[in-house]
Amino acid sequence: MNTLFDKIWDSHAVHTVADGPTQLYIDRHYCHEVTSPQAFAGLRERGIKVFRPGKTFCSPDHNVPTQHQDQPIADPVSRNQVETLTRNASEFGLTLFGLGHPKNGIIHVIGPENGLTLPGYTIVCGDSHTSTHGAFGAVAFGIGTSEVEMVLASQCILQPKPKTMRITVDGKLRPMVTAKDIALYIIAKMTTGGATGYFVEYAGEAIRSLSMEERMTVCNLSIEMGARGGLIAPDEVTFDYVKGREYAPKGDDWNKAVAYWKILRSDDNATFDKEITFHAADIEPRITFGTNPGMGMGINDAIPSLDAIDDSGKISFTKSLSYMGFEPGEKLAGHAIDYVFLGSCTNGRIEDFRAFANFVKGKKKAPGVVAWLVPGSWKVDAQIREEGLDAILTEAGFEIRQPGCSACLAMNDDKVPAGKYAVSTSNRNFEGRQGPGARTILAGPLVAAAAAVTGKITDPRTL
Amino acid sequence: MKEKFSTLTSSCIPLPMENIDTDQIIPARFLKATSRKGFGDNLFRDWRFDKDGNPIKSFVLNDPTYSGSVLVAGKNFGSGSSREHAAWAVAGYGFRAVVSSFFADIFKNNALNNCVLPVVVSEGFLASLFSTINARHNATVTIDLQAQTITNNATGASEHFDINPYKKGCLLNGFDDIDFLLSKKADIEVWESSQNNPI
Repeated sequence: MNTLFDKIWDSHAVHTVADGPTQLYIDRHYCHEVTSPQAFAGLRERGIKVFRPGKTFCSPDHNVPTQHQDQPIADPVSRNQVETLTRNASEFGLTLFGLGHPKNGIIHVIGPENGLTLPGYTIVCGDSHTSTHGAFGAVAFGIGTSEVEMVLASQCILQPKPKTMRITVDGKLRPMVTAKDIALYIIAKMTTGGATGYFVEYAGEAIRSLSMEERMTVCNLSIEMGARGGLIAPDEVTFDYVKGREYAPKGDDWNKAVAYWKILRSDDNATFDKEITFHAADIEPRITFGTNPGMGMGINDAIPSLDAIDDSGKISFTKSLSYMGFEPGEKLAGHAIDYVFLGSCTNGRIEDFRAFANFVKGKKKAPGVVAWLVPGSWKVDAQIREEGLDAILTEAGFEIRQPGCSACLAMNDDKVPAGKYAVSTSNRNFEGRQGPGARTILAGPLVAAAAAVTGKITDPRTL
Repeated sequence: MKEKFSTLTSSCIPLPMENIDTDQIIPARFLKATSRKGFGDNLFRDWRFDKDGNPIKSFVLNDPTYSGSVLVAGKNFGSGSSREHAAWAVAGYGFRAVVSSFFADIFKNNALNNCVLPVVVSEGFLASLFSTINARHNATVTIDLQAQTITNNATGASEHFDINPYKKGCLLNGFDDIDFLLSKKADIEVWESSQNNPI
């Protein structure tokens, strides 16, 4: 009796090395400009080609500017990395959605929206947020550059098989609690390393009731508790989302695919190495207060006191709060903020923009707050305009920038200055993540919208 | 053929913080290179240098009383981003092994693929090793990969560590995963042709 993870993993095992890793076949490989150049260089040194070029898709996203993408990238080092991806894709015969291409965007946004991510697939990318694609019932996880080279060379990687964990979220979510809040709640309960070594399946009524995009947000953040990946069994919500997308199966192939996808679920009596249950009703809108995503709390809660921290963790906890400029025991609701970032592979999809726009409709951006609204892809951007969200956002004092990873990791010019507070819908609040000295408070799109119109950390339910 | 690892005796550099993420090991703005070289110069960049590029004296890598090719770190080392640049930075600086009570999965794989040995020890052994190094900055450990043991030479305490037998063989012999996979191409083609999933 098997888990969904076991079924997909085992059906892709070409070979298992004695006392060693699985040689796992990869159905889909995504590639961006930062973690791939050394892998392509490795192929050149060995004098080999890409084994299955049709299974790899490339899109530059990390380095790209979010303004004036029609012009050459000003930073020569960033430009070189983006151009290197273009050259590599061309030389090795890979599909590239380059800068200016209508399908360009954050790789974890464009994969699903073009039907490249499918249930039952094994999916890898040199990027830890590859776990996003698990929302479709795929085994998707981030890899290093040596492993990128393995996939390019052989369409396989060698990988120890993780253990399995099921996280069930029972019951119904309270109003204005988002998928991001579910994920931040789970990560805080699990801690930043609490799921290391495991592949997580999310289950339960609160998970099943999520839209595809919300499921992507939850799975995206699996890595932030150390999990190798996270997945959700496919259902009608999944099939409805995938149907008709460009690379999805069509006609008779579609019917066969759906029949196969319908059997992709954990058996009723499947055994997981670990089972954890949470209750949706316990989840409030969330924020983080520290420098890893596990250091989070309900928006009206207080930061833990030093007594509540284990001895071995006290150095890190104190260093973290000192970096953030917060005190143990402090409440953060009402604390002034300087920047708001809506975007990233976590919360840069159309539903995030809808939620943000609906919230700020008829309100005004607080003076002094710098807001970066960055769609995850050009398709998201087009839909924002099609739905008239751009007019609502402009009226409220916001502007929409051009797609890319942007301030999530600040490899482009979108850097939060040292000491400034940013309420960010991205995925990491590590020291310096959004710029040297930047102080990141992770949150969902509604908490970000509430902060943008008040200039303070604000419970969106109070506005 | 890659570098090999067998035994190593070295003094240590201690970093007792927990949850050291790969953004601290190598910040994103230094990921723009297209080769594997030079990342060691920016290892722990923002803990090691101030914004003007001057060394921060209190940081352990800038303390001349500490040296060695073994990094000893608090639990959950290497969490966060999958960037192999973090392993390149650790290796590039000259570390051959990292000792901690817990490693993030992706960093562990990346380290092993770059001949940096992640040595998982018990929390007690780690705490005691930190005390030893604190008391005597040039205290050494010996790591024996064949025997899978690490010894705190000051106290004589020794502990067994786990490593995947396949990876152990790769490190001892300098083998490479890609050579292994390339040798399996015929099997991969047979496997591909045996698949009848509709997608």
